[in-house]
Amino acid sequence: MTGDILVFGEIRNGELKKVARELVYGARTIAAGTGGSIDALIVGTGAETEAAKLASLGVRNIAVVDDEATANYSSEGYATVLADLVREGDYGYILLGATAMGRDLGARAVAKVDGVMFSDCVELGFEDGACIARRPVYSGKLYVEIAPTGGRPVFITIRPNNLPPAEETGDGGEVTARGAGIDLAAIRAIATEIAPLAGGRPDVTEADVIISGGRAMKDASNFKILEDLADLLGGAVGASRAAVDAGFAEQPLQVGQTGKVVNPKLYIACGISGAIQHLAGMRTSKVIVAINKDSNAPIFEKAHYGIVGNLFDVVPVLTEEIRKIL
Amino acid sequence: MKIIVLLKRVPDSEAKILINKEGTGIREDGVKFVINTYDEYAIEEGLLMKEKVGGDSKVTVVCMGPDEATEAIRTALAMGADDAVHIADDSLSNPGPFTTATIMAKAIGDEEFDIIFCGKQAIDDDMAQVHCILAEMLDIPQVSVAIAFELSDDTTKATVSRRIEGGDEKIDTSLPVIVSCDKGLNDPRYASLPGIMKAKKKEIRKKSLADLGFSEIPGGGRSRILKWLPLPKGGECRMVEAEETPDAVRELVRLLREEAKVI
Ligand SMILES: Cc1cc2nc3c(=O)[nH]c(=O)nc-3n(C[C@H](O)[C@H](O)[C@H](O)COP(=O)(O)OP(=O)(O)OC[C@H]3O[C@@H](n4cnc5c(N)ncnc54)[C@H](O)[C@@H]3O)c2cc1C
Ligand SMILES: Nc1ncnc2c1ncn2[C@@H]1O[C@H](COP(=O)(O)O)[C@@H](O)[C@H]1O
Repeated sequence: MTGDILVFGEIRNGELKKVARELVYGARTIAAGTGGSIDALIVGTGAETEAAKLASLGVRNIAVVDDEATANYSSEGYATVLADLVREGDYGYILLGATAMGRDLGARAVAKVDGVMFSDCVELGFEDGACIARRPVYSGKLYVEIAPTGGRPVFITIRPNNLPPAEETGDGGEVTARGAGIDLAAIRAIATEIAPLAGGRPDVTEADVIISGGRAMKDASNFKILEDLADLLGGAVGASRAAVDAGFAEQPLQVGQTGKVVNPKLYIACGISGAIQHLAGMRTSKVIVAINKDSNAPIFEKAHYGIVGNLFDVVPVLTEEIRKIL
Repeated sequence: MKIIVLLKRVPDSEAKILINKEGTGIREDGVKFVINTYDEYAIEEGLLMKEKVGGDSKVTVVCMGPDEATEAIRTALAMGADDAVHIADDSLSNPGPFTTATIMAKAIGDEEFDIIFCGKQAIDDDMAQVHCILAEMLDIPQVSVAIAFELSDDTTKATVSRRIEGGDEKIDTSLPVIVSCDKGLNDPRYASLPGIMKAKKKEIRKKSLADLGFSEIPGGGRSRILKWLPLPKGGECRMVEAEETPDAVRELVRLLREEAKVI
């Protein structure tokens, strides 16, 4: 096994996910330790065009696979493509985004090459000849630092928005088209279509700003005031489980232990008490603002800024004041 | 139709989790253990499929965990599962996903099945890997993070919706398949009193590693936890106050712009 690192660049809707650049940043941390090179694999429709986004980051070789058999996602197909390249390049480390695709594909591919995988990591280091990954456990109540024991390819999925994007180096990597090497007819489970989320806002897991509402929103129509603020900031709308269970918001917006784990730069919690299961989903947000009429609400223990007040008074003014300065 | 449901016993989501004195894991004293949240959706989906297909359909729970996991298994049986395999071996503590999947593959290899339902992740190690590794070992397809599951009328195929960023991805799969379940798939039922009574008589086949033909723990030796770390202490919350709401909000906006630099 070499000290080379393979970054998996995920394509959705013909576009490279921005986490790919963060993965290259992580790969550089490992490369500094192993002395290895960074390569990438991009699979799916539009892979070749999108490869340019990684070429300027100092990635050595970018393998692109855009073939009939990979037009739609399948864990079996994509994992075969990835595992084949891992064997061929004898990669020591494989980095993927901790996304729906990265998690599903990574865990299947790691089984194919009998490696080891660390899921949902938030930080990478390198010590004593091996990569050390930090990852949350017990729904984010603790962290562990974990290291491979050696001799096997190490797969690491990294949460979006955790590492900074790699800076451009200007060096152009070499883009090589590859065949998928898989038989479409042999794939047993394959994606047929994607029903996009209503609203057209970014997904909470990828948003830089999230405006979240809780039980205090009282009604689905009241989420409009959160949507206005979110749209102004190009952000997403989130919700507590109480708000989802009461039918005020859709399940994909739920933040927390049984919802999504988010990591925006700014999280504004409106009328959310701050139950432990909600905190599990948003405690790593860089800046947390709480708006709650109860000054004893636990959310204030985790927030960086707080306003005690009625959200129906505060939020519209907040939107207006921010509009003035943007 | 033969359905297998994977069930893991984990600390309750409300539990306070503290690092033990030795710094080698968590303190288990005073922690309540329950069925992994997402495995409840798996149990419910298994029961729904059994009810839908009828005939000699059967739901078998497979759980790997300490003797105490019997309680969680009984709960699943009380919800309506038919029987269970409990892999309990004193030598197993904190097995990694490869160890779990290897042992499961062996245990399941002895059973007949059409669908395996499990949770999208275990809320202790939060790996979300076991089902994918297991699928590869059993050479069957997998679908992760399901929020809708529709069996074809001839019960040979299924259409599954899985949650992805910004939407839902529809997957067509043949059976047998392993499906990991998310919140939203269904509403798990509670165990009824008659269910609890019946559960007492249902069979739990207890197996050790030796019973499954392993002379040592398989699939291990891949990683090492170097350190357990508590969460960093949160800073003080800066309460923004003013006589009038608009003044407080203006101050908040100033802080977010000039101090936090997030807008
Ligand atoms: C297994 C399990 C999993 C769970 N998973 C999740 C999860 O993923 N996500 C999640 O969020 N929860 C989850 N929960 C639920 C969690 O325990 C809480 O019940 C939930 O987070 C509460 O939501 P809330 O804060 O909106 O409601 P509440 O706790 O009722 O809080 C409402 C808050 O709004 C404030 N308020 C009321 N009116 C106003 C107003 N006009 N202006 C300002 N403030 C106002 C109140 O002071 C209060 O603090 C889970 C629970 C369990 C058992
Ligand atoms: N020891 C176990 N016994 C039974 N099922 C398990 C076990 N470990 C994991 N699983 C199943 O696999 C899913 C994913 O687990 P994990 O990969 O550990 O996050 C869980 O939700 C369970 O359904």
